[in-house]
Amino acid sequence: MNKPFAVLPQTDSVCQPPTSTQFMLDRGFRGLCHFGVFLILLLVVALVVEIGGKAVPGIQKYGAGFIAGTVWDPNQLQYGILPAIWGTLYSSLLALLIGGFFGVMMAIFLTQDFLPPRLAMVFRTIIELLAAIPSVVYGLWGIFVVIPAIRPLADWLHQALGWLPFFNSTLSGPGLLPAAIVLAIMILPTIAAVSQDALRAVPLKTKQAAHGMGATHWEAILKVMLPTAATGIFGALVLGLGRALGETMALAMLVGNSNQISLSLFSPANTLAALLALNFPEAGPAEVEVLMYAALVLVLITLVVNLVGSSIMMISQRGGK
Amino acid sequence: MQDQPVVSQPAPSLQHRLAGRSLRSALLSGVAWVCALIASVPLLSVLYMLIMRGGSRLSWEVLSELPPAGFEMGGGFGNALVGTFVMVGIAALIAIPVGILAAIFLSELGPSSKLANIARFAAKTLTGLPSILAGVFAYAMVVLTTGSYSAPAGGLALAVLMVPIVVLTAEEALKMVPKAMKDAAYGMGCTRTQVIWKIVLPTGMPAILTGVMLAVARAAGETAPLLFTALFSNYWLYQDGSFEVMGPTASLAVLIYNFSGMPFDNQIELAWAASLVLVLIVLVINIVSRIIGRPRF
Repeated sequence: MNKPFAVLPQTDSVCQPPTSTQFMLDRGFRGLCHFGVFLILLLVVALVVEIGGKAVPGIQKYGAGFIAGTVWDPNQLQYGILPAIWGTLYSSLLALLIGGFFGVMMAIFLTQDFLPPRLAMVFRTIIELLAAIPSVVYGLWGIFVVIPAIRPLADWLHQALGWLPFFNSTLSGPGLLPAAIVLAIMILPTIAAVSQDALRAVPLKTKQAAHGMGATHWEAILKVMLPTAATGIFGALVLGLGRALGETMALAMLVGNSNQISLSLFSPANTLAALLALNFPEAGPAEVEVLMYAALVLVLITLVVNLVGSSIMMISQRGGK
Repeated sequence: MQDQPVVSQPAPSLQHRLAGRSLRSALLSGVAWVCALIASVPLLSVLYMLIMRGGSRLSWEVLSELPPAGFEMGGGFGNALVGTFVMVGIAALIAIPVGILAAIFLSELGPSSKLANIARFAAKTLTGLPSILAGVFAYAMVVLTTGSYSAPAGGLALAVLMVPIVVLTAEEALKMVPKAMKDAAYGMGCTRTQVIWKIVLPTGMPAILTGVMLAVARAAGETAPLLFTALFSNYWLYQDGSFEVMGPTASLAVLIYNFSGMPFDNQIELAWAASLVLVLIVLVINIVSRIIGRPRF
């Protein structure tokens, strides 16, 4: 037994060298902490191995045709996820368009001296609470509030502008637009929070200089603040997109789950996550390997988007300092 | 000094243009106000619907009875309430110890080691993981291995989602502990473990708790990872004198999802009532965590 502190003199002071028991405990606990970190790495490895490994039979059987195929028919053993990929990207980009506009607007509104601090606190809390509501509750709300609320507008748009590919079908209930609206509400808090950080990181002097040159409030915001914070806001939008791509429940309840590729905002569609949610509970062994393949595709899409988002955030933070 | 154009001074002849610019600025401020008000509508509308439609149905009966079948009237979601607590409990038992131990390593033992950097990156990547993929993982790990849908499978899926939140928030919490306090303890001859247990953890505890509670709140509201790991059940977890630990388990979130698509008014009313209960649970946890986690230094 080595005694690392044996050279120290023994005194009656409160400052005592650790006993050998304490020394052993220290080693044990530090080992335990190491183990905790390893478990996290193990979790990531296990995630990739489990999903990837279970997808191998599906990849061998269906190959790249799975991604390009447009038919999903378990009875004829035909599987293709192109409509789901299309629906995932289309609904997410639509949600990003709406949620991004309101999110960035909200971030400007909350950081650029529009409100007394107390009132700003109220709006900030509203946005944060939006993030706390479970997605399944948004789905329920979407079915009973959003769809009836936008139906008159959808009918009118279809009648007046039906020749546009965006409006060439009627809203018969669930569809892409209600799903995208609810999705936009769900990603708004993320975008607003990250954009607020980006706007706050702009040095006060930059803004004062703009005002000193006679810029109006909004000229300073649009021509100085936004361009300076652009990298961070762009990162916020990409992270919001990452959330939208992986969101399941609101879409499974609102998008209509129909395997078709259409530009129309009112036609039902499908997304990868909704496809998984609907088919996994009743999947037999043959279908599981196909669904694992679809899950792998979703992993790759969200991973790429999130990595791009976080590297943009890293660049913007480095630039801020 | 030579004559240089002074940028900051509007020429007198441009006085009317200045008025136009001010007007445009005021108009844009109006747009910002309208946007902020529109962005507040969804929350108010969700809360209004929950209180009106869910509140009217809420009663002790609803909280304590089993879900009704097709055309039955009455009933409740007592088993789903229990199931949600059990599965979030299992998830917390896995995620909190692992998360805090890892956070201690990241902030105290080897903050800039290679292992810490990789683990931090892994945790950040996991926060972006779509929740349904946590379900797919637990399905592959537990459901395919044991051959049945179960509460532990659901708990594992929720734990995968909780771990990264706990790690990242606990690391931030531990980093906030003043260095002078730690140095004082080290100077008295404490081992690192003693410093961690007697100084770092007690001081950082409120902030750690905030992170833990946010993770719990998120897990309680998750549906996608439970859909095909815990599935759903119309019965109690504890029935006829035995625990059905390895059988399908009900949860509030999956109940809302299942009932929302049913053509019966009774089920839809129950879905609203369950939503109200779920949102209340999540909001209460959120508010308590904010009160605990107010900054102290």
